[in-house]
Amino acid sequence: MAQAKPQIVFDPWNDPKAKPLIQCRSITKRFGDFTAIDNIDLNIYEKEFFALLGPSGCGKTTLMRMLAGFETPTEGKITIDGQDVAQVPPNKRAVNMMFQSYALFPHLSVWENIAFGLKREGASKERIEERVAEMLRLTRLEKFARRKPHQISGGQRQRVALARSLAKAPKLLLLDEPLGALDKKLRQDTQFELMDIQERTGTTFVIVTHDQEEAMTVASRVAVMNAGVIMQIATPADIYEQPNSVYVADFIGDVNIIEGNASVDKSGPEGAVSIAYAEGQDPVHAVATTPVTEGARVFYAIRPEKITVSHKPDPDRANHAFGKIIDIAYLGNISTYRVELASGKVISATMTNARRLERRAFTWEDEVWLSWTRTAGIVLTN
Amino acid sequence: MNKRLSWFNVTSLSLGFAFLYLPMLILIFYSFNASKLVTVWAGFSTKWYVALMHDQPFLDAAWVTLKVAVSSSTLATVLGTMAAITLVRAGRFPGRTLFSGMIYAPLVMPDVITGLSLLLLFIAIGLDRGIFTIMLAHTTFSMCYVSVVVSSRLLTFDRSLEEASMDLGASSFTTFRLVTLPIILPAVVSGWLLAFTLSLDDLVIASFTTGPSSTTLPIKIFSAVRLGVSPEINALSTLMITVVAVGVVGASLVSKRAILKQQREEQEGERV
Repeated sequence: MAQAKPQIVFDPWNDPKAKPLIQCRSITKRFGDFTAIDNIDLNIYEKEFFALLGPSGCGKTTLMRMLAGFETPTEGKITIDGQDVAQVPPNKRAVNMMFQSYALFPHLSVWENIAFGLKREGASKERIEERVAEMLRLTRLEKFARRKPHQISGGQRQRVALARSLAKAPKLLLLDEPLGALDKKLRQDTQFELMDIQERTGTTFVIVTHDQEEAMTVASRVAVMNAGVIMQIATPADIYEQPNSVYVADFIGDVNIIEGNASVDKSGPEGAVSIAYAEGQDPVHAVATTPVTEGARVFYAIRPEKITVSHKPDPDRANHAFGKIIDIAYLGNISTYRVELASGKVISATMTNARRLERRAFTWEDEVWLSWTRTAGIVLTN
Repeated sequence: MNKRLSWFNVTSLSLGFAFLYLPMLILIFYSFNASKLVTVWAGFSTKWYVALMHDQPFLDAAWVTLKVAVSSSTLATVLGTMAAITLVRAGRFPGRTLFSGMIYAPLVMPDVITGLSLLLLFIAIGLDRGIFTIMLAHTTFSMCYVSVVVSSRLLTFDRSLEEASMDLGASSFTTFRLVTLPIILPAVVSGWLLAFTLSLDDLVIASFTTGPSSTTLPIKIFSAVRLGVSPEINALSTLMITVVAVGVVGASLVSKRAILKQQREEQEGERV
């Protein structure tokens, strides 16, 4: 408070002294022959907004249900706040969950739904009144307290579910696809509302979602999962800019993947490599963050918005490729150009539509130059 | 929708209704007959109903029937609901298929067999036959009806409601009491009404398991009719038809309301 401009950097995962709220150690979960979760290690810190992101069937919901206590790991150990929770049933955990279907009790009013958990812990009447009122205020539901769940809209039901799961002030709140049932506009508003509520209550949130945009918007860190394995855990920016594998690069946003053979580029800066990917095509000049052996098969991942389209090659940029526009996707604010190179490789490039449509510089069949810098893309080995 | 019925439809409909309800209508009609001869109409009278009210053996039998029906349907509802929950919720346990087969067996078992086997059991364990044995027998055969009604409701029940309750700190029993039971209550009530109605008009199983001191109304009527149909019995039967009709209509109304409510809940839970 005393500092003039407090620099708030929230990154407990970079602090070796920080104690994680949740620790998963070598968690494996099998259903019969099927391995849903395969040897996962995971630390989640207090006050974090953590997203488990992956396609359906990747095990993200199973992992969340293990945190809630509805499933027990076949192998491994989960500790919450230092306590091993293997033998703790869901009704004894300081963890609450917001269900995908909301699971509001249809025979109880909004008020009674929110009070349900407080009554179970034997809170006093005044305490329940006060806490429910607080939750209703937090979720702007004061007017609907006496209504039954079927008498309110989908967005309101979502807020009741949130209020109910927050009422007991859990250490950890689990959200299973919390916004899946809402339409797009409402979903975006609710995302910000969720972040706001998370910040105000200081509760640790773990959200399960298959929507990468949602995960990127709300989360402080994202774990990308695939087939029971965590592929990468990082901040949204790092997941996007520094994916550690082709899978993650491809799962998050759009990406061009260029496969080729690397050779160390002696003339360039530290770590520079050139990647030969097609006969008669200039190699890609890139900078590898991890050492690459001479002649190794690598994948060069570059986001479409990092490539510019122009009539002449841009001399300031290290990489150039000549091709023909075969497709234009006009999205209003941006346009994505699909450019076919001489080798047949198709590269997507996104340009902001700074000018009106009729004054656009490029159209179908135009021959153009693609340019991008040495550090625009990332070299991946798997 | 406003299509007129063809002559074929009209005929089949009338025939169907005639077969089903003509006998009962005749019975009700003659119960208001002033004459002692059942088939000769001699003007409207309610004197047989009055006579019935003063016929002590009949009243005793009615009282026995009511006691048996209420206690057996209540017991059958408790047991049937428990069986349904086990079948739907316990997942796969050893002997599950056998258990579910055994529960539903009385649905297809002839009453005579059920009655006879229960009689043999009661003799074997030396249980004196009377109201208590009839009650046990009725519980046995009506339990499966309750179980069918309740388990069909449980199958469409969103399990995450129970998980949410557990998650909020409720024990399994509290969850059942505060979440599961209130939601499946319409099915439980309609199961109870069904069991009550079945017990009320059972003759075969009751005659196998009854003792000398306890005669139920159907047994009483059956033995009285063997000596000739009296208008008094018509009056009694009319009353029974009324009670059963109210029970059946009540049960179907309750379950219909439950279905409507369930649809509403499903729409509510549905993803947009």
